[in-house]
Amino acid sequence: MKVYYKTLRDLPREELFAPGHRMCAGCGAAIAMRWITKTIGPNAVIVNATGCVEVTTTPYPETAWMHPYIHVAFENSAAVASGVEAAIKTLKKKGRWDAGDSKVVVIAGDGGTYDIGLQSLSGMLERRHGVLYILYDNEAYMNTGIQRSGSTPKYAWTTTTPVGTALRGKVQWKKDIMGIVMAHRVPYAATASVAYILDMVNKIKTALDYTEEGPTFLHIFAPCVPGWRYPENKTVEIARLAVETGYFPLYEWDHGKLKLNPPSNNHLDKSKRKPLKEYLKLQGRFAHLTEQEIAEIEKELDAYWEYLGKLTQL
Amino acid sequence: MSLPKASELPIGAVIPEPGSTRRNKTAGWRTLKPVIHDDRCVRCQLCWLYCPEGTIVEIKGVFKVNGRTYDTKYEINYDYCKGCGICANECPTKAIEMVPEAP
Ligand SMILES: Cc1ncc(C[n+]2csc(CCOP(=O)(O)OP(=O)(O)O)c2C)c(N)n1
Ligand code: SF4
Ligand code: SF4
Ligand code: SF4
Ligand SMILES: [Mg+2]
Repeated sequence: MKVYYKTLRDLPREELFAPGHRMCAGCGAAIAMRWITKTIGPNAVIVNATGCVEVTTTPYPETAWMHPYIHVAFENSAAVASGVEAAIKTLKKKGRWDAGDSKVVVIAGDGGTYDIGLQSLSGMLERRHGVLYILYDNEAYMNTGIQRSGSTPKYAWTTTTPVGTALRGKVQWKKDIMGIVMAHRVPYAATASVAYILDMVNKIKTALDYTEEGPTFLHIFAPCVPGWRYPENKTVEIARLAVETGYFPLYEWDHGKLKLNPPSNNHLDKSKRKPLKEYLKLQGRFAHLTEQEIAEIEKELDAYWEYLGKLTQL
Repeated sequence: MSLPKASELPIGAVIPEPGSTRRNKTAGWRTLKPVIHDDRCVRCQLCWLYCPEGTIVEIKGVFKVNGRTYDTKYEINYDYCKGCGICANECPTKAIEMVPEAP
């Protein structure tokens, strides 16, 4: 990643995302939107998939957005962005684009990315459109009432994976979306967290710059107050613990090289990671977990770290 | 707010006024109100950094606090603060107190 902002003092001051939107108090995705808009600057077109962010920021006839913004459907944000990017390119060729170096940025949830929008994302990556695709991951279909998605972690409670005698929350493991994106050999893909803003904004800028070469992707971890069942002042604390326990490692894939970023760069050594329990225990969606189930999740996490370690050797 | 007539609406759901959710003040969402005790604030910027609403405002100027001089001061825009308490939770010096709103 290129370092555009060294300290908090270097961060952009102007707010480009209006308050008054209807995102829940303490929403992790709201923190992400605020910093995405500030960082990309005004010359960008936002393409938004259906989901919490779209529904809560565009209550007709109002909008929180200050950028040119388009929403079409749930499953096709990457296809719409491909069209916008191709149109800008063509207008530039014809000398009919006078807005300069305009960027195209997708904002989509985990449902809109891991599941329903996966084919349009894959198409956009394969055709190599110069678009920055940002996934904000709250690990379920939150806007429609907390249904499980391909991103929901194993054993998490959701309304479609209830906890009782027959089920213990979600049955399957979380899908490795970064692996899927990296397999498209994009120039740049990275994970980021709303608890590590400096890391996140430098990744946003880097990813935006690399759209000159092709598609780029950011996976931003964004806790959800009602969906994860925790007090609304804990959003950043939980996001930070997700990184510190190794549950959500910060890393970037830059032209075929995988690099772990601080503090995750120390976490290949398991003893440097906080116990996973510290992350799980703050959230009601994991309140039912037994010691044995926690041990099972930890084992899977260790295997994931081993895999990441091998990727850093590439 | 006065709504346009059906014949005056553009085709499709076009919203021509950027940032117009500002009309919707969310102050009424609060049950707890963050109060910054400036004498305990060390200007670390973390509350400003993490506020999901962008309602912690950085004021430029010369501020003398406990014998130290700072060039910034943080204030809360109570029109939109939703009272989530992230600022208070993240403040390293516990300079932000969450006070119950009057019923
Ligand atoms: C084709 C289609 N199917 C279903 C829906 C209903 N729907 C709207 S938003 C949403 C969930 C979005 O989940 P996600 O992408 O994770 O975003 P979040 O709400 O969690 O931010 C669903 C199922 C829809 N709008 N379109
Ligand atoms: S449901 Fe979750 S993601 Fe949606 S606005 Fe509320 S906190 Fe944010
Ligand atoms: S987090 Fe606390 S110490 Fe830091 S700027 Fe805000 S009020 Fe001041
Ligand atoms: S309580 Fe929440 S919305 Fe209000 S100023 Fe603090 S962080 Fe911002
Ligand atoms: Mg979601």
